[in-house]
Amino acid sequence: MVMTFLRRELVLLGRQKADWLNPLLFFIIVLTLFPLGVGPEPNQLRIMAPGIVWIAALLSVLLAAERLFRDDYRNGVIEQLVASRQGLMAFVLAKAAANWLSTGLPLVLLSPVVAMLLGVESAAFVAMMLTLLLGTPLLSILSVLGAALTMSADKGGILLALLILPLYIPLLIFASAAIEAASMGLPYSGQLAILVAMLFLALALVPLAVASALRINVS
Amino acid sequence: MFKWLHPLAKPETLYHFCGRLFPWLMLSAVSILLFGNIWGLVFAPPDYQQFDTVRIIYIHVPAALLSMSTYTMMAIAAFIALVWQVKVAQWSVLAIAPIGAVFTAISLLTGMAWGKPMWGTWWEWDARLTSQLILLFLYLGVIALYGAFSDRQTGGKVASLLALIGIVNVPIIHFSVEWWNTLHQGASITKFDSPSVHPSMLWPLLISLLGFYLLMLALVCLRLRTAILEHEQHRPWVRATLGGH
Amino acid sequence: MQFDSFSDFLAMGGYGFFIWLAYGLTYGLLIGLVGYCFWEMKAFHQSFRQKLARAQRIKQYQETEHP
Repeated sequence: MVMTFLRRELVLLGRQKADWLNPLLFFIIVLTLFPLGVGPEPNQLRIMAPGIVWIAALLSVLLAAERLFRDDYRNGVIEQLVASRQGLMAFVLAKAAANWLSTGLPLVLLSPVVAMLLGVESAAFVAMMLTLLLGTPLLSILSVLGAALTMSADKGGILLALLILPLYIPLLIFASAAIEAASMGLPYSGQLAILVAMLFLALALVPLAVASALRINVS
Repeated sequence: MFKWLHPLAKPETLYHFCGRLFPWLMLSAVSILLFGNIWGLVFAPPDYQQFDTVRIIYIHVPAALLSMSTYTMMAIAAFIALVWQVKVAQWSVLAIAPIGAVFTAISLLTGMAWGKPMWGTWWEWDARLTSQLILLFLYLGVIALYGAFSDRQTGGKVASLLALIGIVNVPIIHFSVEWWNTLHQGASITKFDSPSVHPSMLWPLLISLLGFYLLMLALVCLRLRTAILEHEQHRPWVRATLGGH
Repeated sequence: MQFDSFSDFLAMGGYGFFIWLAYGLTYGLLIGLVGYCFWEMKAFHQSFRQKLARAQRIKQYQETEHP
Protein backbone atom coordinates (compact mmCIF):
# COMPACT_ATOMS: atom_id res chain seq x y z
CA MET A 1 0.00 0.00 0.00
CA VAL A 2 2.72 2.44 1.02
CA MET A 3 4.73 1.55 -2.08
CA THR A 4 1.75 2.19 -4.36
CA PHE A 5 1.19 5.60 -2.86
CA LEU A 6 4.91 6.35 -2.92
CA ARG A 7 5.11 5.47 -6.60
CA ARG A 8 2.14 7.73 -7.31
CA GLU A 9 3.74 10.59 -5.39
CA LEU A 10 7.03 10.18 -7.21
CA VAL A 11 5.32 10.10 -10.60
CA LEU A 12 3.46 13.27 -9.70
CA LEU A 13 6.69 14.93 -8.56
CA GLY A 14 8.33 13.84 -11.79
CA ARG A 15 5.63 15.66 -13.72
CA GLN A 16 5.69 18.81 -11.64
CA LYS A 17 9.38 19.52 -11.45
CA ALA A 18 8.94 23.00 -10.08
CA ASP A 19 7.57 21.56 -6.83
CA TRP A 20 10.90 20.12 -5.79
CA LEU A 21 13.36 22.08 -7.94
CA ASN A 22 12.29 25.47 -6.60
CA PRO A 23 13.09 24.67 -2.94
CA LEU A 24 16.50 23.39 -4.00
CA LEU A 25 17.22 26.54 -5.97
CA PHE A 26 15.98 28.55 -3.01
CA PHE A 27 18.42 26.65 -0.75
CA ILE A 28 21.36 27.56 -2.98
CA ILE A 29 20.28 31.17 -3.34
CA VAL A 30 19.91 31.65 0.41
CA LEU A 31 23.37 30.17 0.88
CA THR A 32 24.90 32.55 -1.66
CA LEU A 33 23.18 35.50 -0.02
CA PHE A 34 24.68 34.80 3.39
CA PRO A 35 28.33 35.53 2.52
CA LEU A 36 27.17 38.70 0.78
CA GLY A 37 25.26 39.73 3.86
CA VAL A 38 27.78 38.90 6.59
CA GLY A 39 30.90 39.61 4.59
CA PRO A 40 33.29 37.19 2.89
CA GLU A 41 35.65 36.78 5.88
CA PRO A 42 36.65 33.05 5.62
CA ASN A 43 37.09 32.45 9.36
CA GLN A 44 33.76 33.98 10.22
CA LEU A 45 32.03 32.01 7.46
CA ARG A 46 33.61 28.78 8.60
CA ILE A 47 32.21 29.27 12.10
CA MET A 48 28.78 30.22 10.89
CA ALA A 49 28.52 27.73 8.02
CA PRO A 50 26.72 24.85 9.80
CA GLY A 51 24.11 27.20 11.19
CA ILE A 52 23.64 28.84 7.81
CA VAL A 53 23.20 25.48 6.11
CA TRP A 54 20.64 24.41 8.69
CA ILE A 55 18.61 27.61 8.45
CA ALA A 56 18.61 27.43 4.66
CA ALA A 57 17.48 23.79 4.88
CA LEU A 58 14.64 24.70 7.26
CA LEU A 59 13.41 27.47 4.99
CA SER A 60 13.54 25.43 1.81
CA VAL A 61 11.68 22.51 3.40
CA LEU A 62 9.11 25.03 4.58
CA LEU A 63 8.80 26.33 1.03
CA ALA A 64 8.10 22.82 -0.25
CA ALA A 65 5.58 22.13 2.53
CA GLU A 66 2.98 24.60 1.38
CA ARG A 67 1.90 22.64 -1.68
CA LEU A 68 2.02 19.19 -0.07
CA PHE A 69 -1.70 18.52 0.25
CA ARG A 70 -3.13 21.44 -1.76
CA ASP A 71 -3.68 19.59 -5.06
CA ASP A 72 -4.86 16.35 -3.49
CA TYR A 73 -7.34 18.32 -1.42
CA ARG A 74 -8.71 20.20 -4.42
CA ASN A 75 -8.96 17.03 -6.53
CA GLY A 76 -10.91 15.28 -3.81
CA VAL A 77 -8.28 12.56 -3.40
CA ILE A 78 -8.11 13.09 0.34
CA GLU A 79 -11.87 13.10 0.66
CA GLN A 80 -11.98 9.74 -1.10
CA LEU A 81 -9.31 8.34 1.20
CA VAL A 82 -11.08 9.55 4.33
CA ALA A 83 -14.41 8.24 3.08
CA SER A 84 -13.00 4.82 2.19
CA ARG A 85 -11.67 4.47 5.75
CA GLN A 86 -8.47 2.73 4.72
CA GLY A 87 -5.06 3.60 3.43
CA LEU A 88 -4.97 7.01 5.05
CA MET A 89 -1.99 6.12 7.21
CA ALA A 90 -0.15 4.63 4.26
CA PHE A 91 -0.89 7.78 2.29
CA VAL A 92 0.54 9.96 5.06
CA LEU A 93 3.70 7.87 5.31
CA ALA A 94 4.13 7.92 1.54
CA LYS A 95 3.69 11.70 1.52
CA ALA A 96 6.38 12.13 4.16
CA ALA A 97 8.73 9.72 2.37
CA ALA A 98 8.21 11.40 -1.00
CA ASN A 99 8.73 14.81 0.56
CA TRP A 100 12.00 13.67 2.09
CA LEU A 101 13.18 12.04 -1.15
CA SER A 102 12.40 15.19 -3.13
CA THR A 103 13.66 17.89 -0.75
CA GLY A 104 15.57 16.36 2.17
CA LEU A 105 17.79 13.96 0.28
CA PRO A 106 18.88 16.49 -2.37
CA LEU A 107 19.83 18.86 0.45
CA VAL A 108 21.99 16.18 2.04
CA LEU A 109 23.59 15.45 -1.31
CA LEU A 110 24.18 19.12 -1.98
CA SER A 111 25.72 19.79 1.41
CA PRO A 112 29.28 18.63 0.47
CA VAL A 113 29.39 21.27 -2.25
CA VAL A 114 28.04 23.87 0.13
CA ALA A 115 30.52 22.90 2.83
CA MET A 116 33.33 23.28 0.32
CA LEU A 117 32.08 26.73 -0.73
CA LEU A 118 31.89 27.90 2.87
CA GLY A 119 35.18 26.25 3.89
CA VAL A 120 33.92 23.94 6.66
CA GLU A 121 36.52 21.75 8.37
CA SER A 122 36.32 18.01 7.89
CA ALA A 123 35.27 17.14 11.48
CA ALA A 124 32.42 19.63 11.47
CA PHE A 125 31.59 18.55 7.94
CA VAL A 126 31.00 14.92 8.96
CA ALA A 127 28.81 16.08 11.83
CA MET A 128 26.88 18.37 9.49
CA MET A 129 26.22 15.52 7.06
CA LEU A 130 25.10 13.22 9.88
CA THR A 131 22.76 15.77 11.46
CA LEU A 132 21.29 16.62 8.06
CA LEU A 133 20.80 12.94 7.31
CA LEU A 134 18.98 12.41 10.62
CA GLY A 135 17.29 15.79 10.77
CA THR A 136 15.80 16.23 7.31
CA PRO A 137 13.40 13.25 7.68
CA LEU A 138 12.15 14.89 10.86
CA LEU A 139 11.73 18.17 8.96
CA SER A 140 9.69 16.37 6.32
CA ILE A 141 7.44 14.69 8.88
CA LEU A 142 6.79 17.95 10.70
CA SER A 143 6.10 19.85 7.49
CA VAL A 144 3.57 17.16 6.52
CA LEU A 145 1.93 17.85 9.87
CA GLY A 146 1.83 21.60 9.28
CA ALA A 147 0.49 21.17 5.77
CA ALA A 148 -2.23 18.83 7.01
CA LEU A 149 -3.32 21.26 9.73
CA THR A 150 -3.63 24.21 7.34
CA MET A 151 -4.95 22.21 4.38
CA SER A 152 -8.40 23.76 4.14
CA ALA A 153 -7.46 27.09 5.75
CA ASP A 154 -8.29 30.17 3.74
CA LYS A 155 -4.92 31.82 4.24
CA GLY A 156 -2.25 29.13 4.39
CA GLY A 157 1.16 30.60 3.53
CA ILE A 158 2.53 32.53 6.46
CA LEU A 159 0.41 30.57 8.94
CA LEU A 160 2.25 27.38 8.04
CA ALA A 161 5.55 29.02 8.97
CA LEU A 162 4.14 30.21 12.29
CA LEU A 163 2.99 26.69 13.09
CA ILE A 164 5.96 24.57 12.17
CA LEU A 165 8.96 26.80 12.77
CA PRO A 166 8.49 26.54 16.58
CA LEU A 167 8.40 22.76 16.25
CA TYR A 168 11.66 22.88 14.27
CA ILE A 169 13.51 24.74 17.03
CA PRO A 170 14.48 21.77 19.27
CA LEU A 171 15.85 20.00 16.21
CA LEU A 172 17.85 23.07 15.24
CA ILE A 173 19.25 23.40 18.77
CA PHE A 174 20.51 19.82 18.95
CA ALA A 175 21.81 19.75 15.38
CA SER A 176 23.86 22.90 15.85
CA ALA A 177 25.06 21.68 19.26
CA ALA A 178 26.33 18.48 17.61
CA ILE A 179 28.14 20.43 14.90
CA GLU A 180 29.66 22.81 17.42
CA ALA A 181 30.88 19.91 19.58
CA ALA A 182 32.38 18.27 16.50
CA SER A 183 34.22 21.41 15.46
CA MET A 184 35.80 21.59 18.92
CA GLY A 185 36.85 17.94 18.72
CA LEU A 186 34.41 16.76 21.37
CA PRO A 187 32.25 13.61 21.09
CA TYR A 188 28.77 14.36 19.78
CA SER A 189 27.11 10.95 19.78
CA GLY A 190 24.78 12.15 22.58
CA GLN A 191 23.24 14.90 20.44
CA LEU A 192 22.92 12.47 17.53
CA ALA A 193 21.15 9.99 19.81
CA ILE A 194 18.67 12.70 20.81
CA LEU A 195 18.08 13.49 17.12
CA VAL A 196 17.38 9.80 16.46
CA ALA A 197 15.06 9.69 19.47
CA MET A 198 13.14 12.74 18.22
CA LEU A 199 12.90 11.18 14.78
CA PHE A 200 11.44 7.92 16.07
CA LEU A 201 9.07 9.73 18.42
CA ALA A 202 7.83 11.84 15.52
CA LEU A 203 7.54 8.77 13.27
CA ALA A 204 5.40 7.06 15.87
CA LEU A 205 3.09 9.93 16.79
CA VAL A 206 2.91 12.46 13.95
CA PRO A 207 1.22 10.20 11.35
CA LEU A 208 -1.66 9.72 13.80
CA ALA A 209 -2.00 13.48 14.24
CA VAL A 210 -1.76 14.02 10.47
CA ALA A 211 -4.45 11.44 9.77
CA SER A 212 -6.84 13.05 12.25
CA ALA A 213 -6.01 16.52 10.91
CA LEU A 214 -6.90 15.34 7.40
CA ARG A 215 -10.16 13.88 8.68
CA ILE A 216 -11.08 17.13 10.42
CA ASN A 217 -10.22 19.20 7.36
CA VAL A 218 -12.48 17.34 4.94
CA SER A 219 -15.43 16.83 7.29
CA MET B 1 -17.17 12.83 39.94
CA PHE B 2 -18.44 12.24 36.43
CA LYS B 3 -22.00 12.57 37.64
CA TRP B 4 -21.08 15.98 38.92
CA LEU B 5 -19.07 16.96 35.84
CA HIS B 6 -21.38 15.67 33.18
CA PRO B 7 -24.09 18.37 33.40
CA LEU B 8 -21.36 20.98 32.90
CA ALA B 9 -20.89 19.76 29.33
CA LYS B 10 -24.25 21.38 28.60
CA PRO B 11 -23.54 24.97 27.52
CA GLU B 12 -26.44 26.50 29.41
CA THR B 13 -25.51 24.87 32.73
CA LEU B 14 -21.87 25.78 32.29
CA TYR B 15 -22.79 29.38 31.49
CA HIS B 16 -24.69 29.79 34.73
CA PHE B 17 -22.06 27.84 36.70
CA CYS B 18 -19.27 30.14 35.45
CA GLY B 19 -21.47 33.15 36.12
CA ARG B 20 -21.89 32.17 39.75
CA LEU B 21 -18.19 31.40 40.14
CA PHE B 22 -16.82 34.47 38.39
CA PRO B 23 -17.39 37.29 40.93
CA TRP B 24 -15.86 35.25 43.77
CA LEU B 25 -12.88 34.23 41.67
CA MET B 26 -12.26 37.77 40.43
CA LEU B 27 -12.56 39.39 43.84
CA SER B 28 -10.35 36.87 45.62
CA ALA B 29 -7.87 36.92 42.72
CA VAL B 30 -7.38 40.68 42.84
CA SER B 31 -7.14 40.87 46.63
CA ILE B 32 -4.84 37.87 47.02
CA LEU B 33 -2.61 38.96 44.14
CA LEU B 34 -2.25 42.47 45.53
CA PHE B 35 -1.66 41.12 49.03
CA GLY B 36 1.07 38.73 47.86
CA ASN B 37 2.77 41.31 45.67
CA ILE B 38 2.75 44.05 48.30
CA TRP B 39 4.14 41.60 50.83
CA GLY B 40 6.83 40.72 48.35
CA LEU B 41 7.59 44.30 47.41
CA VAL B 42 7.57 45.91 50.84
CA PHE B 43 7.98 43.35 53.61
CA ALA B 44 10.01 40.46 52.19
CA PRO B 45 13.76 40.67 52.75
CA PRO B 46 16.17 41.28 49.85
CA ASP B 47 18.30 38.37 48.68
CA TYR B 48 21.93 38.27 49.83
CA GLN B 49 23.14 37.66 46.25
CA GLN B 50 20.55 39.33 44.07
CA PHE B 51 19.65 42.20 46.45
CA ASP B 52 16.35 43.87 45.69
CA THR B 53 16.01 42.50 42.15
CA VAL B 54 14.78 39.29 43.72
CA ARG B 55 11.45 41.05 44.21
CA ILE B 56 10.72 40.37 40.55
CA ILE B 57 10.36 36.71 41.54
CA TYR B 58 6.86 37.42 42.92
CA ILE B 59 5.56 37.99 39.41
CA HIS B 60 8.09 36.17 37.26
CA VAL B 61 7.81 32.70 38.80
CA PRO B 62 3.98 32.68 39.08
CA ALA B 63 3.64 33.88 35.48
CA ALA B 64 6.09 31.25 34.23
CA LEU B 65 4.39 28.44 36.14
CA LEU B 66 1.00 29.67 35.00
CA SER B 67 2.08 29.76 31.36
CA MET B 68 2.78 26.03 31.59
CA SER B 69 -0.21 24.98 33.66
CA THR B 70 -2.52 27.06 31.47
CA TYR B 71 -1.12 25.23 28.47
CA THR B 72 -1.68 21.89 30.17
CA MET B 73 -5.24 22.90 30.93
CA MET B 74 -5.77 23.94 27.31
CA ALA B 75 -4.33 20.64 26.08
CA ILE B 76 -6.61 18.65 28.38
CA ALA B 77 -9.59 20.62 27.08
CA ALA B 78 -8.37 19.94 23.53
CA PHE B 79 -8.11 16.23 24.28
CA ILE B 80 -11.66 16.15 25.64
CA ALA B 81 -12.86 18.13 22.63
CA LEU B 82 -11.25 15.76 20.15
CA VAL B 83 -11.96 12.43 21.81
CA TRP B 84 -15.47 12.93 23.23
CA GLN B 85 -16.50 15.71 20.84
CA VAL B 86 -17.59 17.99 23.68
CA LYS B 87 -18.45 21.38 22.22
CA VAL B 88 -17.75 23.45 25.32
CA ALA B 89 -14.30 21.86 25.63
CA GLN B 90 -13.48 23.06 22.14
CA TRP B 91 -14.67 26.58 22.91
CA SER B 92 -12.67 26.63 26.11
CA VAL B 93 -9.47 25.85 24.17
CA LEU B 94 -9.93 29.11 22.31
CA ALA B 95 -11.02 30.88 25.50
CA ILE B 96 -7.82 29.83 27.28
CA ALA B 97 -5.30 30.48 24.51
CA PRO B 98 -5.03 34.33 24.69
CA ILE B 99 -4.86 34.24 28.50
CA GLY B 100 -2.00 31.77 28.40
CA ALA B 101 -0.27 33.85 25.75
CA VAL B 102 -0.39 36.93 27.98
CA PHE B 103 1.03 35.00 30.95
CA THR B 104 3.83 33.67 28.76
CA ALA B 105 4.59 37.17 27.53
CA ILE B 106 4.66 38.42 31.14
CA SER B 107 7.09 35.70 32.19
CA LEU B 108 9.37 36.55 29.27
CA LEU B 109 9.27 40.32 29.83
CA THR B 110 9.82 40.13 33.58
CA GLY B 111 12.59 37.63 32.96
CA MET B 112 14.24 40.13 30.65
CA ALA B 113 13.94 42.91 33.22
CA TRP B 114 15.50 40.57 35.79
CA GLY B 115 18.20 39.28 33.49
CA LYS B 116 19.55 42.73 32.63
CA PRO B 117 20.81 43.65 36.12
CA MET B 118 21.75 40.07 37.11
CA TRP B 119 23.25 38.52 33.98
CA GLY B 120 24.09 41.82 32.31
CA THR B 121 21.95 41.06 29.26
CA TRP B 122 18.30 41.45 28.33
CA TRP B 123 18.18 38.20 26.49
CA GLU B 124 20.21 35.03 26.62
CA TRP B 125 19.67 32.17 24.19
CA ASP B 126 19.55 29.54 26.85
CA ALA B 127 17.31 26.54 26.88
CA ARG B 128 14.58 27.80 29.16
CA LEU B 129 14.17 31.18 27.52
CA THR B 130 14.10 29.62 24.09
CA SER B 131 11.54 26.99 24.98
CA GLN B 132 9.39 29.61 26.70
CA LEU B 133 9.51 31.61 23.48
CA ILE B 134 8.39 28.49 21.60
CA LEU B 135 5.50 28.20 24.03
CA LEU B 136 4.46 31.76 23.18
CA PHE B 137 4.59 30.90 19.47
CA LEU B 138 2.48 27.82 20.10
CA TYR B 139 -0.19 29.89 21.83
CA LEU B 140 -0.14 32.39 18.97
CA GLY B 141 -0.24 29.51 16.48
CA VAL B 142 -3.39 28.11 18.10
CA ILE B 143 -5.07 31.52 17.92
CA ALA B 144 -3.93 32.19 14.34
CA LEU B 145 -4.90 28.72 13.13
CA TYR B 146 -8.41 29.16 14.48
CA GLY B 147 -8.64 32.53 12.76
CA ALA B 148 -7.59 31.12 9.39
CA PHE B 149 -10.69 28.99 8.92
CA SER B 150 -13.96 30.52 7.81
CA ASP B 151 -15.77 27.51 9.23
CA ARG B 152 -15.55 27.91 12.99
CA GLN B 153 -16.25 24.26 13.70
CA THR B 154 -13.29 23.04 11.60
CA GLY B 155 -11.09 25.84 12.89
CA GLY B 156 -11.81 24.92 16.49
CA LYS B 157 -11.04 21.27 15.90
CA VAL B 158 -7.78 21.94 14.07
CA ALA B 159 -6.67 24.43 16.72
CA SER B 160 -7.45 21.83 19.40
CA LEU B 161 -5.30 19.33 17.54
CA LEU B 162 -2.40 21.79 17.44
CA ALA B 163 -2.83 22.54 21.15
CA LEU B 164 -2.64 18.83 21.85
CA ILE B 165 0.48 18.35 19.71
CA GLY B 166 2.22 21.27 21.41
CA ILE B 167 1.98 19.61 24.82
CA VAL B 168 5.32 17.90 24.09
CA ASN B 169 6.93 21.27 24.71
CA VAL B 170 5.77 21.55 28.33
CA PRO B 171 8.04 18.83 29.80
CA ILE B 172 10.88 20.20 27.66
CA ILE B 173 10.50 23.61 29.32
CA HIS B 174 10.16 22.13 32.77
CA PHE B 175 13.27 19.99 32.56
CA SER B 176 15.31 22.28 30.35
CA VAL B 177 17.07 23.76 33.37
CA GLU B 178 18.21 20.34 34.48
CA TRP B 179 19.07 19.00 31.03
CA TRP B 180 21.07 21.96 29.88
CA ASN B 181 23.25 23.53 32.49
CA THR B 182 22.80 27.15 31.56
CA LEU B 183 22.45 30.60 33.07
CA HIS B 184 18.89 30.18 34.25
CA GLN B 185 18.66 28.92 37.81
CA GLY B 186 16.82 25.74 38.70
CA ALA B 187 13.26 25.42 39.92
CA SER B 188 12.97 26.93 43.36
CA ILE B 189 9.53 26.09 44.71
CA THR B 190 8.62 22.79 43.07
CA LYS B 191 10.98 20.95 45.39
CA PHE B 192 8.64 20.98 48.36
CA ASP B 193 10.58 18.57 50.53
CA SER B 194 13.56 20.89 50.71
CA PRO B 195 12.63 24.33 49.36
CA SER B 196 15.65 26.35 48.37
CA VAL B 197 13.82 29.58 49.21
CA HIS B 198 13.66 30.96 52.72
CA PRO B 199 10.13 30.95 54.27
CA SER B 200 10.14 34.75 54.49
CA MET B 201 10.24 34.82 50.68
CA LEU B 202 8.41 31.55 50.02
CA TRP B 203 5.13 32.71 51.60
CA PRO B 204 4.61 35.86 49.54
CA LEU B 205 5.65 33.83 46.49
CA LEU B 206 3.05 31.13 47.15
CA ILE B 207 0.38 33.75 47.84
CA SER B 208 1.19 35.56 44.58
CA LEU B 209 1.05 32.23 42.80
CA LEU B 210 -2.41 31.55 44.23
CA GLY B 211 -3.50 35.03 43.13
CA PHE B 212 -2.29 34.39 39.57
CA TYR B 213 -4.08 31.03 39.49
CA LEU B 214 -7.35 32.55 40.65
CA LEU B 215 -7.02 35.38 38.13
CA MET B 216 -6.46 32.86 35.34
CA LEU B 217 -9.51 30.84 36.38
CA ALA B 218 -11.63 33.98 36.65
CA LEU B 219 -10.65 35.15 33.17
CA VAL B 220 -11.24 31.69 31.71
CA CYS B 221 -14.73 31.76 33.26
CA LEU B 222 -15.43 35.15 31.74
CA ARG B 223 -14.14 34.32 28.27
CA LEU B 224 -15.88 30.96 28.28
CA ARG B 225 -19.16 32.68 29.09
CA THR B 226 -18.70 35.03 26.15
CA ALA B 227 -17.79 32.12 23.88
CA ILE B 228 -20.84 30.12 24.96
CA LEU B 229 -23.13 33.06 24.26
CA GLU B 230 -21.58 33.68 20.87
CA HIS B 231 -21.89 30.08 19.74
CA GLU B 232 -25.36 29.57 21.19
CA GLN B 233 -26.90 32.95 20.35
CA HIS B 234 -29.66 31.42 18.25
CA ARG B 235 -30.81 29.11 21.01
CA PRO B 236 -33.94 30.06 22.96
CA TRP B 237 -32.23 29.92 26.34
CA VAL B 238 -29.84 32.74 25.41
CA ARG B 239 -32.77 34.91 24.39
CA ALA B 240 -34.53 34.01 27.62
CA THR B 241 -31.49 34.91 29.77
CA LEU B 242 -30.39 38.05 27.97
CA GLY B 243 -33.60 39.31 26.40
CA GLY B 244 -35.68 39.47 29.53
CA HIS B 245 -34.39 42.75 30.89
CA MET C 1 9.01 46.79 56.53
CA GLN C 2 12.27 46.64 54.65
CA PHE C 3 12.55 50.29 53.65
CA ASP C 4 13.21 53.42 55.70
CA SER C 5 11.50 55.95 53.47
CA PHE C 6 9.31 56.12 50.41
CA SER C 7 12.15 57.27 48.16
CA ASP C 8 14.14 54.32 49.44
CA PHE C 9 11.27 52.09 48.40
CA LEU C 10 11.19 53.62 44.92
CA ALA C 11 14.95 53.26 44.49
CA MET C 12 14.92 49.55 45.46
CA GLY C 13 18.60 49.58 46.35
CA GLY C 14 19.54 50.98 42.95
CA TYR C 15 17.52 48.46 40.95
CA GLY C 16 14.33 50.52 40.92
CA PHE C 17 14.19 50.87 37.15
CA PHE C 18 14.20 47.12 36.47
CA ILE C 19 11.79 46.21 39.24
CA TRP C 20 9.27 48.92 38.40
CA LEU C 21 9.66 48.09 34.71
CA ALA C 22 8.80 44.45 35.42
CA TYR C 23 5.86 45.27 37.67
CA GLY C 24 4.62 47.99 35.33
CA LEU C 25 4.67 45.69 32.31
CA THR C 26 2.99 42.90 34.25
CA TYR C 27 0.19 45.01 35.62
CA GLY C 28 -0.21 46.82 32.31
CA LEU C 29 -0.65 43.54 30.46
CA LEU C 30 -2.92 42.06 33.13
CA ILE C 31 -5.17 45.11 33.25
CA GLY C 32 -5.25 45.13 29.46
CA LEU C 33 -6.23 41.46 29.41
CA VAL C 34 -8.94 41.86 32.04
CA GLY C 35 -10.28 44.93 30.25
CA TYR C 36 -10.29 43.11 26.93
CA CYS C 37 -12.20 40.15 28.40
CA PHE C 38 -14.83 42.45 29.91
CA TRP C 39 -15.05 44.47 26.69
CA GLU C 40 -15.65 41.26 24.70
CA MET C 41 -18.58 40.36 26.91
CA LYS C 42 -20.02 43.87 26.72
CA ALA C 43 -19.61 44.05 22.96
CA PHE C 44 -21.45 40.78 22.54
CA HIS C 45 -24.30 41.93 24.79
CA GLN C 46 -24.61 45.14 22.80
CA SER C 47 -24.67 43.48 19.39
CA PHE C 48 -27.08 40.84 20.66
CA ARG C 49 -29.45 43.48 21.97
CA GLN C 50 -29.28 45.30 18.62
CA LYS C 51 -30.11 42.09 16.80
CA LEU C 52 -33.05 41.42 19.09
CA ALA C 53 -34.35 44.95 18.64
CA ARG C 54 -34.06 44.66 14.87
CA ALA C 55 -35.92 41.34 14.88
CA GLN C 56 -38.59 43.01 17.00
CA ARG C 57 -38.91 45.91 14.58
CA ILE C 58 -39.18 43.60 11.57
CA LYS C 59 -41.88 41.63 13.33
CA GLN C 60 -43.83 44.77 14.20
CA TYR C 61 -43.53 46.10 10.68
CA GLN C 62 -44.83 42.87 9.20
CA GLU C 63 -47.73 42.82 11.62
CA THR C 64 -48.81 46.38 10.88
CA GLU C 65 -48.41 46.32 7.09
CA HIS C 66 -49.90 42.90 6.42
CA PRO C 67 -52.48 42.16 9.03
